[in-house]
Amino acid sequence: MTTVSQFEQTVPGGEIKGRSLWADAWARLRSNRAAVAGAIVLAIIGLASLFGPMLSPHDVGQVYRSYIKVPASTTAYPREAEIPDLLKTALRRSRADITSLDVDGDLVTLTLTAEREIDPRITRSVERNADFTNVQIIETSPDGLSLTMQMEVTRSYFLFGTDANGRDLLTRTLFGGRISLMIGLLATFVSLIIGVTYGATAGFIGGRVDSVMMRIVDVLYSIPFMFFVILLMVFFGRNIILMFVAVGAVEWLDMARIVRGQTLSIKRREFIEAAHACGVSTTAIIRRHIVPNTLGPVVVYMTLLVPKVILLESFLSFLGLGVQEPMTSWGVLISEGANNIVEAPWMLIFPATFLALTLFAFNFVGDGLRDALDPKDR
Amino acid sequence: MKYETLHRMWRLGAIAVGASMTLSAFAVQAEVVFHRGNTGEPETLDPHRTSTTYEAHILHDLLEGLVVHAADGSLAPGAAESWEISEDGLQYVFKIRDDARWSNGDPVTAEDFAFSLQRILTPDTGAKYANILYPIRDAEKINNGEVPADQLGVAALDEKTLQITLEAPTPFFLELLTHQTGLPVHKGQVEAHGDDFVQPENYVSNGAYKLEEVVPQAHIKSVRNEFHWDKDNIQVDTVFYYPTEDRAAALRRFQAGEIHVNNDVPQDQVRWMRENIADEFKASPRLGTYYYALDMRDPDLADARVRQALSMAIDREFLVEEITGAGQVPAYSFVPPGTNNYDEPAIADYAKLSMIDREEEAIALLTDAGFGPDNPLELEIRYNTSENHKQVALAIADMWAPLGVEVKLLNTDVATHYGYLRDKGEFQVARAGWIGDYNDPQNFLFMVESDNAGFNYANYNSAEYDALMDQAAATIDLDERAKILRQAEELFMADLPFIPIYHYVNLELVSEKVEGWEQNLQGRHLTRYVKLEQ
Amino acid sequence: MLAYAVRRLFGAIPTIFVIIAISFFMIRLAPGGPFSLERPLPANIMRNLEAIYHLDKPLMVQFWIYLQNLVQGNLGPSMVYRDLSVAEIIGSGLPVSIQFGGAAILLALVVGGVLGSYAALKQNQMSDYSVMAIAMVGITIPNFVMAPLLQLILGVELGWLPVGGWGEGAFRNKVLPVIALALPQVAVVARLTRGSMIEVLRTNPIRTARAKGLPERIVIGRHALRAALLPVVSYLGPAAAALLTGSVVIETIFGVPGVGRLFVQGALNRDYTLVMGTVILIACFIVIFNLLVDLIYGVLDPKVRYD
Repeated sequence: MTTVSQFEQTVPGGEIKGRSLWADAWARLRSNRAAVAGAIVLAIIGLASLFGPMLSPHDVGQVYRSYIKVPASTTAYPREAEIPDLLKTALRRSRADITSLDVDGDLVTLTLTAEREIDPRITRSVERNADFTNVQIIETSPDGLSLTMQMEVTRSYFLFGTDANGRDLLTRTLFGGRISLMIGLLATFVSLIIGVTYGATAGFIGGRVDSVMMRIVDVLYSIPFMFFVILLMVFFGRNIILMFVAVGAVEWLDMARIVRGQTLSIKRREFIEAAHACGVSTTAIIRRHIVPNTLGPVVVYMTLLVPKVILLESFLSFLGLGVQEPMTSWGVLISEGANNIVEAPWMLIFPATFLALTLFAFNFVGDGLRDALDPKDR
Repeated sequence: MKYETLHRMWRLGAIAVGASMTLSAFAVQAEVVFHRGNTGEPETLDPHRTSTTYEAHILHDLLEGLVVHAADGSLAPGAAESWEISEDGLQYVFKIRDDARWSNGDPVTAEDFAFSLQRILTPDTGAKYANILYPIRDAEKINNGEVPADQLGVAALDEKTLQITLEAPTPFFLELLTHQTGLPVHKGQVEAHGDDFVQPENYVSNGAYKLEEVVPQAHIKSVRNEFHWDKDNIQVDTVFYYPTEDRAAALRRFQAGEIHVNNDVPQDQVRWMRENIADEFKASPRLGTYYYALDMRDPDLADARVRQALSMAIDREFLVEEITGAGQVPAYSFVPPGTNNYDEPAIADYAKLSMIDREEEAIALLTDAGFGPDNPLELEIRYNTSENHKQVALAIADMWAPLGVEVKLLNTDVATHYGYLRDKGEFQVARAGWIGDYNDPQNFLFMVESDNAGFNYANYNSAEYDALMDQAAATIDLDERAKILRQAEELFMADLPFIPIYHYVNLELVSEKVEGWEQNLQGRHLTRYVKLEQ
Repeated sequence: MLAYAVRRLFGAIPTIFVIIAISFFMIRLAPGGPFSLERPLPANIMRNLEAIYHLDKPLMVQFWIYLQNLVQGNLGPSMVYRDLSVAEIIGSGLPVSIQFGGAAILLALVVGGVLGSYAALKQNQMSDYSVMAIAMVGITIPNFVMAPLLQLILGVELGWLPVGGWGEGAFRNKVLPVIALALPQVAVVARLTRGSMIEVLRTNPIRTARAKGLPERIVIGRHALRAALLPVVSYLGPAAAALLTGSVVIETIFGVPGVGRLFVQGALNRDYTLVMGTVILIACFIVIFNLLVDLIYGVLDPKVRYD
């Protein structure tokens, strides 16, 4: 009895039923709050990664030498109290002593004395530090041993702190997101297309074709994946495009196996045999019946695969095989952060939070999709 | 972490160590067990095939050469109690201790040493460091397979007297013998077991310890050699060496009291260690230089003005204080300060100038060489994968930016990096480092001799430089020799095939319970000098 | 079924051969070599070493020599760890990896399976969300972050467990690395179980079983779980092969003497013979586990036939 109802629902309806299935799924997805929240988070992170680095006041590779590994803070650097130290560092090798220092808002007035005549180029020592601009000498003593200068302080915000080279971590986290998301999505897409087609075909046709196709998968599968990726990275340097190709080209194997496994059990169902009997072509059966029926596990797998690829990228970064400087990715940032877990925890916390949020969101969306797409629960 | 927590951890650590001791169920109560973190998995325990410092640490505990390093790194008698050097500096006669014994009770003989020196130079042994012993007469020819090994300039005059004849006077020859390549093997065992003599059941050693157990990648365990001549002054009974490849994990194990020392630290946590475990974090000068090799075949870098400009613009003080931060010494010469048989190294004259002056001069030099805003100098820095190398490269790229130099970075894994340099691939700037094998300026300056294919990454080719090096090699008088080498280094600093960046430091974690672990230039620490507080 | 298994295993021989050939030439073509490391070697010494390991011969000759040795069961000497043969190195690491990976798989399967089934039964309730959220933490935190965190918290701060070291395989020393290795797997297994369990619960056999009034325990335990485990088995096959052959991250951080580190370090050091040995080992594991997956499929799902 049950088989008949399935048969009626899926086969004779054809195109029209198929359309309503997707519309129906869409409605269900929208009513799933976790999935919607996940999608919103993904959209925000995606947009922020895409446009954030352009909007940020700091360039992704810009080095602030006076701010090596400064903690995340919502107040601007330099703070009032840090200005004397900054100036001392800037003037360290000028052999002049600071005799008075006055900070008034953004304006700093500084008097120096030395035992030898002070070179007026000393202003450049100060300007080398990106925090001070418009350095002017307003007074020089007649003997040249004392000099007063005035400068403006530029204040910069490092909301996520800075890294070991003094680069803004917020900008780098957003920029890293771009790369990580790109790698994750593209590799998953590649593996989805190859894997589903391949797996469904092999599983459905069965027999010798299946065993040959799966033998090929076995051969590819049995090549240790890490070996393959490490060697690719070694051969071609750290080319991101190659990373997609390598990862996508390997990850489809899992997808193919899952889809094949599902297909094997689906194809013996009566509605498929019925479709056969009605003279529906093999391609059409695979496309209309097998593939939609394997979508549940495939979507679940995909939502695991995007995170998996992003994590794989981070694993490669841990081995030092990640993207090249000055580019970065969440993986690179997290592995740098893991090294600084005690000394500069913000270097780990922010990129790791972005990564975790993204992966969470992917999973909620994936679950939502899975529930929504399930063709049997109607 | 607060001090109290650390203190508590120490106690917990002591419990952990205690627990691991009970594992060897019949351990004598008073057994003193020393847990040494040892940075890497030893490739071999055959002293003739070894090449790494972490092997050296184990080997120097197991085996004892004619001459050894004392706790402070100075030369001290080892298996030989005394020696005489002929006036022409060509002949060394060593008197081996009467009470020097192998761990199976056999006496250590001159023949053991003669056999060992021949063995390491035999081509079939495949000794990576055979060249350390090339000063011995005919050693290089033997190693090249041109003459048989028994022609080596080494003779056992009697059971306890060994004579070594050199090719040319070599003032640092005794220092060479302290290298792990100068360690002996037990002739009988090698002949009986072949390459398997390194297995724990066959390993007979003449050092303070004997090999007990090897668990690849987990630990190596050695125990006191009851036949060692100095055994009464040795406190530690058992030593474990752990391959602590992950430096950060090693620090955590150290904090938990699982290891007493570790001979490296996570560079990223130097600031933290300074603030929290300052007494146990040790940094001391090391015989080595971190440098950038410049490919002198490159048309842009062939110009000495360009090379000088690049070197001048590097703010080494900033690098060592802010980027590496562990007490590294800014390098304005290639030979590290304090090297034996040398005066003051040839320090670059811009070392004392302010960065403004240096940048100005660098820009002027580059302009002279034809580079400017319209024609920027484009460079690629190659470095092997490591956080530290990356941070240094990024900082230097930033320092070169004001000169109008556009820098790209290329990071490859270590085998690719050095394979590429070895195969003479074209590059512009490549990161490299050199740790001296022996304490002598020649061990640094020989790198850029024009015929030194393996080491001369810069492809530097100066007849004048080669002539100075040859002249130095032929000079017996040490002061005279030092002057010639100094001239060579001045030429080096003028031609600048390598840009010296900083001199290395030994970075170590040493528990407060450990005594007798003295800092020295070589980073050499024999367990027999260590006393553990119980 | 036995005939099928034997046929598959024999069929795997050409597969392994292809892998050996591909790997052999790939690693040889990678830039650098086993002796081009940080400290340069003089040219004549390099020649001595290359002669010892036949690296001075043409590549095809080297391959032939390698195959000849291999047929005799000789994986050759390691080019980096010179006291040991590749077989000895693998022989010392493999038992550790199997123990350690096996414990992680078991933990993942049991904990993940229970969590996943529980979440599926409470689908879309608060407890579903919270169980899955906790499981997700396992996936979202890379193991090279999780491992140091475990060390810092449980080892250094609380001092409950050793931070690292293998300690001759004592149970205390295994706890942290096994947890770190299993966590991501727990999460994946939980998710897969939940996904397929929800699906299975809606299938007709289960509805029928419930309608008949069978106790929930029997419905879930005997019927649903069996079908729900199919995707988990699919996943765990290759995952088990990977876990049993070690994890470079966990091994390095905890100092576990398994084979995972050998493999990655071997590739980075260009220890040609060691890499080949580990590649063959891993390939064999994968072949065996793929076969196991297919066999288990047959047991769990009678509809699958081996044709």
